[in-house]
Amino acid sequence: MDLYLKTTLILACSLALRVHAQKDMVPIEGGTYIPLYGVDSTAVTIQDFLMDVYPVTNADYLQFVKKFPEWQKSRVKRLFADGNYLVGWEKDDAFGDGIAPDAPVTNVSWFAAKKYCECQNKRLPTVDEWEYVAMADEETADARKKASYNQRILDWYEAPRSFDKKIGSTFKNYWGVYDLHGLVWEWTLDFNSVLISGESRKDVDIDSNLFCGSAAVGASDLMNYAAFMRYAFRGSMKANYSIKNLGFRCVKDVIKI
Amino acid sequence: MKANRFIPKKIGLPVLGLFGLLLACKQEAPEKLYTSSMEIPVSAEMKAVLTSPPNVPPPTAKRSAKKLIVDMEILEQEGEMTNGVKYVYWTFGGTVPGSFIRTKIGDEVEFHLKNHPDNKLPHNIDLHAVTGPGGGAESSFVAPGHEKVFSFKVLNPGLYVYHCATAPVGMHIANGMYGLILVEPEEGLPEVDKEYYIMQGDFYTKGANGDRGLQPFDMQKAVDEKADYVVFNGKVGALTGDNAITANVGETVRLYVGNGGPNLVSSFHVIGEIFDRVHVEGGNLMNENVQTTLIPAGGAAIIELKVEVPGSFILVDHSIFRAFNKGALGMLKVQGDENEAVYSGELRDDIYLPEGGGIQKMPSTGEVPESEIPAKSMVERMEFGKQIYMQTCFACHQAEGQGIPNAFPPLAQSDYLNADVDRAIDIVLHGKTGEITVNGQKYNSIMTSQTLSDDEVANVLTYVYNSWGNSKKEITPAMVQKVRNGK
Repeated sequence: MDLYLKTTLILACSLALRVHAQKDMVPIEGGTYIPLYGVDSTAVTIQDFLMDVYPVTNADYLQFVKKFPEWQKSRVKRLFADGNYLVGWEKDDAFGDGIAPDAPVTNVSWFAAKKYCECQNKRLPTVDEWEYVAMADEETADARKKASYNQRILDWYEAPRSFDKKIGSTFKNYWGVYDLHGLVWEWTLDFNSVLISGESRKDVDIDSNLFCGSAAVGASDLMNYAAFMRYAFRGSMKANYSIKNLGFRCVKDVIKI
Repeated sequence: MKANRFIPKKIGLPVLGLFGLLLACKQEAPEKLYTSSMEIPVSAEMKAVLTSPPNVPPPTAKRSAKKLIVDMEILEQEGEMTNGVKYVYWTFGGTVPGSFIRTKIGDEVEFHLKNHPDNKLPHNIDLHAVTGPGGGAESSFVAPGHEKVFSFKVLNPGLYVYHCATAPVGMHIANGMYGLILVEPEEGLPEVDKEYYIMQGDFYTKGANGDRGLQPFDMQKAVDEKADYVVFNGKVGALTGDNAITANVGETVRLYVGNGGPNLVSSFHVIGEIFDRVHVEGGNLMNENVQTTLIPAGGAAIIELKVEVPGSFILVDHSIFRAFNKGALGMLKVQGDENEAVYSGELRDDIYLPEGGGIQKMPSTGEVPESEIPAKSMVERMEFGKQIYMQTCFACHQAEGQGIPNAFPPLAQSDYLNADVDRAIDIVLHGKTGEITVNGQKYNSIMTSQTLSDDEVANVLTYVYNSWGNSKKEITPAMVQKVRNGK
């Protein structure tokens, strides 16, 4: 995107939706950790940032499409959102009775999610940022080695129909963030940066990031297999896909003085 | 059965040409010969009939190769593993195993794989009948709410497994994502009277076999290959009672038997029958007169047997604890007239007295063992209860019910015990795992379920409640029975 577009975009967005921008975010203190696919040499360092406490809701998103009609379901460009975009919504400017206002918005494409965040002067989290925050349980910043943490996530992966639950109905984690696990999947900025080809067994012997990841799903490293499913899910996505179990939340960089 | 009357017709690629030639001579019709199944042309388009187990689609018989459209939907849904035990299955077509696909050699299959929008996960399909990288897995990787289309030509006749191959592969298979695809030879398989579709799978649940409620998948048990359930067609009892497969005396039954795994190899056996013919591993090799055939995980076999006498024939994995303790049990019910020449049934019950051997001692007077005498009074209940306590409970809870600090909670003056009688009964019957607080102290340990009769449980709990400063309740066998039935 060239500078001109960027500027207009920021201008276009800057009027809207700034009300919630700060108050529903919590600070995440940066740190270094080894993601699923990693070995020691692939440790990832995260800078401090702010993250939305809750996923974006249907009500939030309704405000957005009212301000930006080009993101209404009948007007959106197919290039940016497939035919399932807001598929459950009754109208362009109303979601109808079948959809809870305070449930996470789903059936939104990556383009739409990205634009929504930009319009709040925020952005989508990276995979590494999202995973960093999501490895916390109630008490611990990195709970990935706890059986209870993993079991809870897996229980959710196996439980049908959780997308219509209200935000805040799962646990508040160490950072004060809700619903990272238990309601919906969430878009990330670079969701397709980890290569899963769809042939997961083949991924073992190609030189991809997941080389060690798939090899690590062994008895010694059960903590990874919940995360592995998330990476597989992300790998099946394209940026215009709009999926019933997939929502998003935004983050914001902390500007250090 | 033991007849040797059947000369197996060889079915398969190497003899296709020869077979075609024979046909050509007989019918004097110009029969095309193909040096390779890759050259078989397809004549028209048709939609594949898919069936859920134990049913099999109609034979392809003499039809020529077609463009075959297969529509398959992936559903993640809750089902029942056995009475009271729920499990979230991931399925091809809503059943475990998935829908049966029946093709003819040379068919060009156009495969539509649809991932239901409500599903949480991406999936794909690897069909062992596919010649191509990943068996189709890479081309079929499909997100929820999407449909992937790919096509392949079936080149080799046989019975093949298909399964999901999305990471973690073992978990997708363990949750039920497998099924069978049959590729029939050009002339079709010989006609039989009945055909059935059976597939074995092993399941790994967080709770032990029989633990009630919704049971999540247990990855550690799967890695350790310690199955809680080994079943035919996805659940305990899918092929027994009213769900049994049936045949009439004199009929030939063909079983398409697969094994989805993920881990265990099946020693497939039908009690009281002998397989007349087995397509070993689902391929061309034909074995005859087989008692038990090995079906590898990710493999299959075609089994044919003629049923000569009526009765219930039990299908088992002859790794026999799986059959009687984990669910790998099915039933073939055969109706018709007895044939006493083949099987007489019991003819006589005679006394057998070996000469010179020791005289067998009969049970003396029909006395009930002491432990089974119901207590007639409170005094007796206390007395019997103490005996059981000393045999069963003493090691952990100690002689005066004081327990062991930080390990086993006390029963003496126990607030936890006195608060809820039904809970106490339940714990004795079914065990208890996890954290509890007793008299202000936290305990996190495991009590196993106790195999005691209702009387015994009543006695031992009455003893506990009337000792060491507890609330002096009397527990009756009826109360125990109530909890046992309620659970």
